[in-house]
This record gives sequence, structure tokens and C-alpha cells, in this order.
Amino acid sequence: MRLIAVTACPTGIAHTYMAAEALEQAAKAAGHEIVVETQGSAGSTPFTDEQLASADAVILAADVAVRGRERFEHLPTVEGGVKQAINHAPEMIGEAQAAAEAHAATPAAERPVGPPAGSSSAKEAGFGSLLRQWLMTGVSYMIPFVAAGGLLIAIAFLIGGPEIATKVNGGVFDGQTYQAIDDLTKLWGDVGIAGVLFKIGDTAFTMLVPILAGYIAYGMADRPGLVPGIVGGLIATSIDAGFLGGIVAGLLAGGVVLAINRVPVHKNVRGIMPVVVVPLVATTIVGLLMIAVVGPPVADVMDAVTDWLKGLGGSNAILLGALLGAMMAFDMGGPINKVAYTFGVASIAANPDIMAAVIVAGMTPPLGIALATVVRKRLFTEDEREAGKANWLLGASFITEGAIPFAAADPLRVIPSLIAGSAVGGALSMGFGASSPAPHGGLWIVPLIGDPVLWVVAIAAGTAVTCACLVAVKSLGRRPVVAETTPGAPATGVVPSTVNA
Amino acid sequence: MTTITTPDLVVLDLPADLDRAEVTALLADRLVSAGRVTDRDQFLAAVTAREEQMPTGLEGGIGIPHARSAAVTEASVAFGRSASGVDFGADDGPADLIFLIAAPDGAGDAHMTILAGLARRLVRAEFKDGLRQADDPATVAALINEVQG
Repeated sequence: MRLIAVTACPTGIAHTYMAAEALEQAAKAAGHEIVVETQGSAGSTPFTDEQLASADAVILAADVAVRGRERFEHLPTVEGGVKQAINHAPEMIGEAQAAAEAHAATPAAERPVGPPAGSSSAKEAGFGSLLRQWLMTGVSYMIPFVAAGGLLIAIAFLIGGPEIATKVNGGVFDGQTYQAIDDLTKLWGDVGIAGVLFKIGDTAFTMLVPILAGYIAYGMADRPGLVPGIVGGLIATSIDAGFLGGIVAGLLAGGVVLAINRVPVHKNVRGIMPVVVVPLVATTIVGLLMIAVVGPPVADVMDAVTDWLKGLGGSNAILLGALLGAMMAFDMGGPINKVAYTFGVASIAANPDIMAAVIVAGMTPPLGIALATVVRKRLFTEDEREAGKANWLLGASFITEGAIPFAAADPLRVIPSLIAGSAVGGALSMGFGASSPAPHGGLWIVPLIGDPVLWVVAIAAGTAVTCACLVAVKSLGRRPVVAETTPGAPATGVVPSTVNA
Repeated sequence: MTTITTPDLVVLDLPADLDRAEVTALLADRLVSAGRVTDRDQFLAAVTAREEQMPTGLEGGIGIPHARSAAVTEASVAFGRSASGVDFGADDGPADLIFLIAAPDGAGDAHMTILAGLARRLVRAEFKDGLRQADDPATVAALINEVQG
């Protein structure tokens, strides 16, 4: 059995180390491996990710709050004071062994997290809050990619005009057809610095979903989750499954790794488990599931929705605008969004009103979020508020991806709000008869828009609706995010003993 | 680097019927005489505060009153042996081996690592046996300083 332990006492010069020594001796006597992190004044060496991932249980022998306690959320925990570890180390080791065995026998979903029941400090973390923590881990690593990539693209628009994206990637913009530039060495010469910046930003964006998926899995299963998560995320992108597909890939990857870690293996093989075996097996399983199980239905849905939209061509314009708007916001880059956007681009020649509505609906999610982070700061984390500032520019540039971190962190509340605003914006744009001859560019293509004033009114209205819905649902039934930044960790003071001296 | 203890800081026959505070004060006086503690009252106040947080007695006859204080010039240990025993709040009775540990303020001192090593050895039976059987302060000091290698 592999155990890890933290020892900590008020002055950090004596009991911390005595407890560590006692636990090490007792573990050795019982035939277990143990690594102790002594949080004392001689400095402590934090556990490596591998030690955290391969541990079967954790012992917290501390009279003060344990630093970095969230690292042990995935582990069965035995808690006590330092003196208990010094005087009764063998019993604590026995408790840890029992807890690890009970943990291994419990299915993941039913597993209690944190210290065993009966401890007054026991954290009642249900599956919901666990899930939220995992998503937040993925989102926190994704945000910088969104910010860097999105701002680069926006800057490229500012320098090179909104047509820069079409110049680089090919397509039709305001009646002009451009060839895609596949050879990156020609970018600078052909389209200048703006094209280069756009390409850099666009490349950063290709990593959004893989990073989201990879770090969701990392949040669940630590480093061994990273490879299956990232590869699963890349596949999610390839099958057009968008960020929702990325969330699925990340959760799958984390779950598979956790499941593999519970398979007992011989001591000699353990060393190569986290480095070779777990990534290999987990990546294979996740990849197969994403391609064979998730991929086909996503493709089917895209085909079906595309056919359905084509059939709607002649129906009520306002309803069509609302529908396309809702689709744009539903999965932001996923299959539904892609169908709506492609439908808009394909309609530019015949009915540019549709394109204008689609652009409105793609702008209101980041704009509405940006507005919400200003009017109700307390509902958002520090990271989210920073990301909210960037969302002004991203939204104005029709870079819907700015909204993804917010949606991924809290999909059930955020996505419906985004849908509401985008549907209103899309419907108004269609109703006003605004039109766009360009497939992207956001506010930078106002000069090209037919009926630009009303088009901007549609954007403003959609933004306001998104913001209002967000504030309403985020205030509902939940304390402000700010209050729950350190879930579970006792604020200060003595950790109550569960094992009892 | 100076050693964490010296024969001057070892008292093999503590007077009987001293209480926890008196023993601590007696050992602290040795640290003051050796120039390792500059302000006796300030240091003792810190030790008492720590002791009140949770008694430092450990099962197996050990008491380790200790504190970090600005009044300490270098990491030091004063050792006392008491035939009658002194209550340090351990569950199984009084302590016969008493270590007064004085650490200077601020972490990172190489001495802190030595104190950590000493603490680890306190839970080893052979170390305690050696301290109980030693005949003179020099032997005890050498045993304790062994941790410095």
C-alpha cells in the first residue's frame, strides 16, 4: 500500500518531525510505503504529482491547518493531531489501510470525499460540487488561451481589417473571393503582420478544447489524466463536437484513469504505471470512445439539423433569426453552432439578413458576459472577471469563444442565458432587416452592414438580455463564487481528530 | 557551525518536586548563561504560550517544551533528566527526559534542519535508552549532537 502523510504543528520544530518519524517507522513495520510532507520550519518538500496520484490514502497529522489540503480530495483521509501520530502511529497506519480498502471497494460516484463521516470537519462534497471543481480546473487553464488567442485575432482585425480572417483562411468576404494561405512562410509577404497575428491567434484557439479537456481530466486524476484528456479534446475538435465534446472527453479521461488506478498491480509494475501504462491504456480507451461512440451521433445531428434548416428557408424570418441565434449560443463552436454559422455563410449571396443575425447572436454571448461581470462582480471569480474585460473586445469582434470558459464552468446556468440573449438578438436583427455581406468581423464591419444602426440596436438588446438572465440565474440558489474559493479547508485552528487518541 | 548543545546545557539530576515551569526556567537559565538566549523572560513567555496551546509531553517519558523567539541567538537544546519525573501533560504520566528546545525567529536556518533531525530521533527507542543510561553530561551532549553528523 502507498501512503502519504502531512504532519504540522504550531511551532513546526519538534512534533512535526517526531510525528513524521513515528509514521514512517510504523508504516515500515506494517510493510507499507509512506512519504511524509513535514510542514515545519525546516522547510517541506511538497508531494510530486506522481506521489499524489499513486497514493492509496492520506494521513493528516496536524494541530494546525494543513497547507494545500485540496491536493488530497481524491484520497481517503485519516485525520488526527500530531501527538496521536507520535503516540499511536501504528493505529493511524491501520486506519489509513482500512480507509484505502473501503475506498477501493466503493464505486466512484458513491464515494464520500474528504474525511470519513463523523468528523466535524467532514466536507459534504457531493458529486455536483466535485464536478464543478473539475470543470473549473479545466476552465482556469483554458482562459489564458482564450484571452491570448482572442485578443490576437481582435488586434489582427484592427490592423488588417475584418477581411483578414478570410484572406488567411480563404472564403468569400463582401463579394471578394480569397484563397486560403496554407504555407505559413508566405503569410507575412502576402497579408502582412495582421495576417500573421491572426494566424497565431487562430492557432491558440485550436488548443481551447484540448486544454479544457486535458485539465478537466488533470483535475480529476492528476497528471496521468493529462494525455488522455488532451488527446480526447483534440478528437472532440476533429469531430466538431466543440467544447461540450471537450467536457465529455475530459470527464471520460479522468474517469478512465481513476478506474485504472484502482486496479491492483504488482509492486514492480507500479513505477511505470503513471508514466507508461496509464496514459497508454487510458488514451486508447478515451480515443476509441470519442471516435466510435461520440463521433457518429455528432455527425448525424449536424446533418439532420442542416437539412431541417434548409427546409425552413421560407418560413417566418423573425422565428428563423431566433432559432439561429439560439443555435449559435447553444454550444459555441460545437456542432449546432457550426451548422447555424455555416447556414449563415452559405446564405450570404441569397439572403445576407441571415448572416447579419448569425453575427449578432455570436457577439452577444461574450458581450453579455462582459456586461454581467461589471454589473454583478460578486457572481464571478477573480479569473472570470479578468476574462470578462477581454470579452468586450472579443464580443465586439464576433469571437464567440470568449464565452466558452464561462459556459464550461457552469453550463446549466450560463448556456440558457446565452441562448436567450442570442435568440433575442438574432430575431431583432432579422426583424429589422439588417444584412451582412461579410461572414465575420463584428463591429468592425458596421460600414458594410445594411441598416447598421438597427443592427447595433439588436446587438445591444441581445447583450442586455444575456446579462439580465446571467445575473438572475447566477444569483439563484447559490452563494456568490467569492465565498467558496477554498472548499473544505478548515480556516484555522485545530483539526478535530477522527481516529481518537 | 556550533553544536546545538554542550555539556553545560545538560543537567543529569534535576531536583525532585519541580513543576513544569520551574524545570523549564532552570533549563532556560543554562541557555542564558551560555549566551544562547538573550532575554530570559521573553523566551520563557514564548515557551509557556506554546505549552498552553497543547502540552508538549509525549508518551514514553518525554517532555519537549520549545519555542521560537527573537530572544534566541542560535538553535539550541538544553537537556534535563529527572529521576522523580515532571508532568508535561502526557497521557501516560510524567516525563523523565526533558528537552528545552530554543529556536531563533525566522525559518531557513540550517539549525532548524538539525532540530528536525533531533525531533525525529526522539521517537527512536535506542536514542532514549542511550540518554537514560548516560553517566555524564558530555556523553549526553555527544548523543544529542550526533544528529549533526
